[in-house]
Amino acid sequence: MAPKQKQKKKSSRGKKSPKPILAASEDMEPVNMESMGHPEIYPLVLTTKTQEIFNCRIDEDVTDEQPYKLINKVDIFEDLRNRAAVSDFHPVKKIVQEYPGNELLLVYDKDFKYGLNFYLIGTEEGKENYLNPPEVPEEQEEYKEHIPEDVYVYKPPVSKPWVSLGSEKEIEEESVMESTKQITYMISQKRSEFGAPVKFSDQNASSVKDAYIECTAYPDKNFTLKQLEKDVGMQVIPQIKDTSTQTEWTYPKNATTQYYPREFSEEEKETLKQSKPLVDFLNNASISVEIALQQNEIMNTFTDDWKYLAEEEGTFGDKTDTHLKEYQSFTDLHSPTEKMITCVSWHPTIYGLIAVSVAVRLSFEDRVYFSGKLLLQPSLILFWSFSDPIHPQLMLESPDDIFCFKFCPSDPNIIAGGCINGQIVLWDITAHADRIENIKAGDSRSKKATLKPMFLLEPESNTEALYIRHCAVSSIESGHKKVITDIHWLSDTFEINRMGSVFENRSGICCQLVTCSADCTICFWDIRPQKPLTPQTTEKKKEESIEIPFDVPSTFLHLDLSWKPLSKIRLSKGETSLDYCPTRISLNEDHLLYKTEDKTLTQSKIVKTGEMNPYHNLESGMANLLKPIDDFCTKFFVGTEDGEVIYTDWKMKKDSETGRLMPKKPVSIHTIHDGTVHTVQRSPFYNDIILTVGGWNMAIWKEGVMTGPLLQSCCAPKMYTSGHWSLTRPGVFYIGREDGYIDIWDLLEKTHEPAQSQNICITMITYIKPWIFSAKQQFIAIADYYGTLRILEIPWTLSRPSTNEMTSVNHYFEREVKHLEYVEQRKNIREQEKKEMELEMEKKKIISVFYRDVLFPIPLRQKTYQKSKEQMEAELKMDYESYLELEKTVLINLGLLKVTEKGSYMDVV
Amino acid sequence: MAEVEETLKRIQSHKGVIGTVVVNAEGIPIRTTLDNSTTVQYAGLLHQLTMKAKSTVRDIDPQNDLTFLRIRSKKHEIMVAPGNLAFHFLVKLSFCFTR
Repeated sequence: MAPKQKQKKKSSRGKKSPKPILAASEDMEPVNMESMGHPEIYPLVLTTKTQEIFNCRIDEDVTDEQPYKLINKVDIFEDLRNRAAVSDFHPVKKIVQEYPGNELLLVYDKDFKYGLNFYLIGTEEGKENYLNPPEVPEEQEEYKEHIPEDVYVYKPPVSKPWVSLGSEKEIEEESVMESTKQITYMISQKRSEFGAPVKFSDQNASSVKDAYIECTAYPDKNFTLKQLEKDVGMQVIPQIKDTSTQTEWTYPKNATTQYYPREFSEEEKETLKQSKPLVDFLNNASISVEIALQQNEIMNTFTDDWKYLAEEEGTFGDKTDTHLKEYQSFTDLHSPTEKMITCVSWHPTIYGLIAVSVAVRLSFEDRVYFSGKLLLQPSLILFWSFSDPIHPQLMLESPDDIFCFKFCPSDPNIIAGGCINGQIVLWDITAHADRIENIKAGDSRSKKATLKPMFLLEPESNTEALYIRHCAVSSIESGHKKVITDIHWLSDTFEINRMGSVFENRSGICCQLVTCSADCTICFWDIRPQKPLTPQTTEKKKEESIEIPFDVPSTFLHLDLSWKPLSKIRLSKGETSLDYCPTRISLNEDHLLYKTEDKTLTQSKIVKTGEMNPYHNLESGMANLLKPIDDFCTKFFVGTEDGEVIYTDWKMKKDSETGRLMPKKPVSIHTIHDGTVHTVQRSPFYNDIILTVGGWNMAIWKEGVMTGPLLQSCCAPKMYTSGHWSLTRPGVFYIGREDGYIDIWDLLEKTHEPAQSQNICITMITYIKPWIFSAKQQFIAIADYYGTLRILEIPWTLSRPSTNEMTSVNHYFEREVKHLEYVEQRKNIREQEKKEMELEMEKKKIISVFYRDVLFPIPLRQKTYQKSKEQMEAELKMDYESYLELEKTVLINLGLLKVTEKGSYMDVV
Repeated sequence: MAEVEETLKRIQSHKGVIGTVVVNAEGIPIRTTLDNSTTVQYAGLLHQLTMKAKSTVRDIDPQNDLTFLRIRSKKHEIMVAPGNLAFHFLVKLSFCFTR
């Protein structure tokens, strides 16, 4: 009976009977099914014995149809008395005792609805309910039996009496009701005044006493607040005062004054000069003036010592680093044969662009042998750019190998080159100028383009370098016959005519070239169209008009294949011997391109492509009569193949005998070098200092000093193969050797040997060309025999001149000139001394025949004697007399002469 | 008198002296080695400056007097020696060691 014990104290609504104190034997309260909503039901267990006693045996007395039994109260009491605690009614004993009626209803709980097999209903009402309602379900069950189908039968609600469950109390509590009874008043007028007219009037409420009641507001101390903080903003403003005035307007008027200074007339000046006060004053003043002047002479107080103390202004990079640093190198990987680089030139305007001419590396015999194969390969000038070391940007095609070329200084799109066969080739790359100017993006473009298929590529794609055909070549018959060794553009400040006379150049562009070649001639060329000599030639030209490829510009069409030199100078040694074979020439012209300060000048000179390019309109400058330039130095230096340095004139003179134009004889010729002179170059700083490099040594010359070179180096262990002045340091130049070393000479450091030597490559260096890009960046291009072009960066120490370098080098050269002069003088002195020595010797020799001179005096033959005649005679006489003595003694010893006789000497002899 | 000439010649022969001008109290040039227009210009300008300098010195200390005035510019130096009767200018080139 455990579950029942939990529900111990449940009491029904009707029965609130907490009975905490119970008898010991009756410690269990009857449990009712209040929890299930039937507080009157008390579940019971009835054993078989009890069932027999009360005749409620399961399935006999108590069946499904009649599951209940009415049991008398008296019977229960009797059972209780008989069986006491054992009785099944024991738990509900109390209920039974309190039961008002006589019969209790005991119901058989077949389904154990209430947990046990029987239950007792403890109230009369419950009993009634149980007995009566079962009738209703019985009726319902009957109804259900009659209607077997599932049809919802509407059961109208049966009204039942309302059972109060306590809700009306809640409503009562919540509802609002009047708690107090309201008082009602009824006010009415007197009946007689109904309907009488009404009169209204105003009245001030305050005038009548007690007409109104007011509640005045009063400050209550409990509610006042004291403000402790206040937020205030402030601004300071200046005191401003506005005033205005008006002035009288005066209109401007032009007025002029002219004056002349007061001066003394001449007489007044004279009188004043004589006056004493002036003399005194001058005496006094001159003292202080002279003191001041002396002070200035002693010391210059204005020198900024700090400035002259600091030699280097913030070195860029390592000061001790004096080596040339490798920057980039270019090699043409596409050429089938081995090539060597013959000439290198930086593009004058575009940064990072360098042009290189390559030639096949074969000797003359091999060239002849392979000439068939060589014809098929184009000879090229390659344009390299820093941004792309593998592909050349442009390739200029030429009929044969180029050995020298130059950009035109006034238009960098015109290039002139000299061929191995003696032709001059001209290119005009104006059409491709924009291509090479914007090279920086070239790398990315080339990468992208390779991914596209062929048909998408534009015809002018810049992946491949274009082959640009040459614009014009010179005439083969009338030009040079052998390789052109050097080519220069003449400066645009002057022009030359056929005679070699110099005229001013009105066209403002470089239009003339000078070339020298191995056929011992120097030619001057003009790129402007020359007036046709005979009308026949023009007709001929019209007949045989050659087809020109469409992409070649027609700038120099007039020159193509018919270009003749303006004048030719033959360097002849004499009638019989071989002529001089020039390898390099150096003209006296301004090298404006090399000075960084004047770089802006040259760039402004260069023609812009937007304007009319004068090179496309070359005829316009021809018709003007030009003014000749006088006193122009027409002399220039030539270096020859045999190592001679010649200083000669290009002006022709008219030969009196034949009437032809003849070149003048060279002014001076010096054989200094032991091999071919391959560099004749003017210093970029001094116009009259020339460097010549050839064979195993180098020499520095000064124009005008014809006695010899200022400096001549001793023979080097390896042959020198190229040389160049430094562009920023006046005393530095670079010389390349045949073993790939470059010697850097610094005249201020050492003059007997190079200051530095650095290995660049393994083979012969063929060309050196430095170039300035900015004040901090200088490059030097070194070309070698195997066709590789190396770009090296010149370190700070080699590119930055020291403060007084120019003057120091200048002094050095002046000293050398003076030294040469001194040497000349000494030579003269030595000559003189030598002559005197010889005279002395001769004097002694002629004494043997002198006696004849005394007896038959013949005037002295030697007229150059400085000593006076008498002196000479006296000396000679003395010598003669001593000779006579000697003769006498000899004859006496021989026994031919007697001592005493003098006169018989004549008889004996 | 020859003395005057000699003195002036001596001064003029100093190294770096370009020209010498002697001017009277009113600023009218008496003797000069420069050309006329330059002389007149120098005389007019320097006379005023010297007067101003002299008055400045005197204002500061009345016992004091201007003895010498040197004007140094980038290119030249001008030396002015004032006197009772006349002023004496020198235009000279000062030593400047340029590159």
